Amino acid sequence: MAAVRETIEQVKDIDVDQYKYGFSTDIETVKAPKGLDEDIIRFISAKKDEPEWMLEWRLDAYERWQSMQEPEWARVHYPKIDFQDLYYYAAPKSAEKLKSLDEVDPELLATYEKLGIPLSEQKMLAGVEGAGPLAGAPGVAVDAIFDSVSVVTTFKEELAKAGVIFCPISEAIKEHPELVKKYLGSVVPKSDNFYSALNSAVFSDGSFVYIPEGVRCPMELSTYFRINESQTGQFERTLIVAEKGSYVSYLEGCTAPMRDENQLHAAVVELVALEDAEIKYSTVQNWYPGDADGKGGIYNFVTKRGDCRGDNSKISWTQVETGSAITWKYPSCILRGDNSQGEFYSIAISNGYQQVDSGTKMIHLGKNTSSRIISKGISAGRSNNTYRGLVSAHRKATNSRNFTQCDSLLIGNDCGAHTVPYIEAKNSTASFEHEATTSKISDDQMFYCMARGLNEEEAVALIVNGFVRDVLQQLPMEFMAETQKLIGISLEGSVG
Amino acid sequence: MLEIKNLHAKVDGDMILRGVDLEIPQGEVHAIMGPNGSGKSTLSYVLAGKDDYEITEGSIVWNGQDLSELEVDERVAAGFFLAMQYPVEIPGVGTMNFLRSAMNAVRKARGEDELNAAETMRIVREKAEALNIPLDMLKRPLNVGFSGGEKKRMEILQMSLLSPTLCVLDETDSGLDIDALRIVSDGVNAMRGPDKAILVITHYQRLLEYIVPDKVHVLSKGRIVRSGGKELALELEKSGYAEYGEDEAA
Ligand SMILES: Nc1ncnc2c1ncn2[C@@H]1O[C@H](COP(=O)(O)OP(=O)(O)O)[C@@H](O)[C@H]1O
Ligand SMILES: [Mg+2]
Repeated sequence: MAAVRETIEQVKDIDVDQYKYGFSTDIETVKAPKGLDEDIIRFISAKKDEPEWMLEWRLDAYERWQSMQEPEWARVHYPKIDFQDLYYYAAPKSAEKLKSLDEVDPELLATYEKLGIPLSEQKMLAGVEGAGPLAGAPGVAVDAIFDSVSVVTTFKEELAKAGVIFCPISEAIKEHPELVKKYLGSVVPKSDNFYSALNSAVFSDGSFVYIPEGVRCPMELSTYFRINESQTGQFERTLIVAEKGSYVSYLEGCTAPMRDENQLHAAVVELVALEDAEIKYSTVQNWYPGDADGKGGIYNFVTKRGDCRGDNSKISWTQVETGSAITWKYPSCILRGDNSQGEFYSIAISNGYQQVDSGTKMIHLGKNTSSRIISKGISAGRSNNTYRGLVSAHRKATNSRNFTQCDSLLIGNDCGAHTVPYIEAKNSTASFEHEATTSKISDDQMFYCMARGLNEEEAVALIVNGFVRDVLQQLPMEFMAETQKLIGISLEGSVG
Repeated sequence: MLEIKNLHAKVDGDMILRGVDLEIPQGEVHAIMGPNGSGKSTLSYVLAGKDDYEITEGSIVWNGQDLSELEVDERVAAGFFLAMQYPVEIPGVGTMNFLRSAMNAVRKARGEDELNAAETMRIVREKAEALNIPLDMLKRPLNVGFSGGEKKRMEILQMSLLSPTLCVLDETDSGLDIDALRIVSDGVNAMRGPDKAILVITHYQRLLEYIVPDKVHVLSKGRIVRSGGKELALELEKSGYAEYGEDEAA
């Protein structure tokens, strides 16, 4: 039997053991009662000790959400979600009112250590041996979010010296209300879509980043999201503002335990880049994808959008999507400022019964704006992987340019790859280029690699890593090698 | 000693090898010649263990070990190497990266320590230079856009890096000009040794002027029909393969 055909057989027994982040942690939690109504929103807001304006904001979002419909246009299929059958707030009991790392529940610290993310600054500086694919690299500041709350943020003082604010958004609401009021919802309005409205009503935490004018953030910032509780939705909210001439590189990583039920993750991320500013946002998403029969796994319904508000600004999204049962995610750029640039680099791997519908939107509004999209989709097993991308040029967006390259790689015969590009050029000077390829790992390539001593898994990993190389290179150096390993792990099931 | 006995093999249901018998003692170089379509490449793939090449009868034993029981990569670990007639392109995978992965995979399988990037680089450069492979080529994706001659030299480079004891070279001479032929032959001759068995598959006698074989065999319609010393190659050069059934279609 051909190597690739064998691969398919083996994909069929893709196995939950492959998911090495699938443990859960026994930690006492405080939960809101199940279901969603105004009282729950008041409960969340009160738990967070929020000012009145924030509560009003949430209630307004809730009202809008009630009149909205779940989107159905994506190529994903799942049973109807009962939004009254979820918990909207869960927090580790011990994590309330934490002052320092010493007060963090040792179980929690152990959880993050197990994930390869040491939260002690000494350890981080030293680097930790044998850390996993999502490992924090030395000298990277981390905000760790466990279920609904941020448990700890490292290197805060060091960042403060540079004037950089990096803190849980719950804290920013209290400490920097002017900034939050000014920018929250300014990129993704409350009623942008069903999930963003829901998020606006119930978000419990997330990261807030503010880079002052002219500052180049002295270290990589990163947030690690961990869903632990069962039947609990995670709705985090991230807001990054880069003032004139500033620069920041930010990375988020995500994992969850293996659970039989599907868990909902509906985040909103807003980026604002002012004149001459640059934001580089990287995601390594490795939520639990579900088991061999497609049972369980995270529903990842996320709204991410960046606003290149100032002239000459730049926003760059890089994503490595390996987990989740369903991914519905389109990190986008609004190229408002003249000469602004948007980039989207994506690696989306689907295996088993995973469904991915992901892509980007590049909205050209300003003059001489340019965007670049490189999407690499890898489908194995019985998964479906759709790239959906919109590139549009406004009437006034003279000389806007886009280059899109969508490559799909199929492993086996039971998976699907789909490319759905939308192009709207309302300006005759716009120049949009689109290239798409679909290929398969051929039996000859597998044979050749194995005839040079690589085993099946090594051969697939090598070929796939070659396929995604252009995108991998966009990741911060610290995370490249680890991500390469993660890609190998994600496809491990595909060759047994 | 390589011992091939009564080897029958099917490809896509067609019986291509119909009872090949061949013995190559360690320390010797043998050549297989034969008309197009006689089964030379098929033999090399069967030795390598390629999928869809099904052994229906007979055996392949290398130094007492039954190779036909092993996976493709396990045969490599056991010392086998095939320089292919048509090397495959691997887009996106840098040549240096590929070489390092292959070297370490083989070392790991043989219970040797893996090499770090600097060590591999040094070893690869040294061997590449000997084969007149420009260092630039090592940065490009493996075999992608390489000329025929470059691909063949890359095969020999890989052979010398993976330290095989049993080497099969399938029409390594095709597509090589005379200078390249000399360089590649030097590379192969450097592999010769008391513990090595080498099988050179070729359509032409020319290569055997550079890699002088201990024995020459003629393969026709899936069987070895004649064996002799190196002078047999010259004879074939004069008479052609007509009497061995040159396959018009191939
Ligand atoms: N994949 C294949 N499927 C069916 N027949 C094949 C295949 N590969 C080779 N053959 C046939 O096997 C015979 C031997 O081919 P090959 O081993 O390539 O010969 P050579 O290398 O001596 O020129 C030819 O008749 C060829 O058509
Ligand atoms: Mg041939």
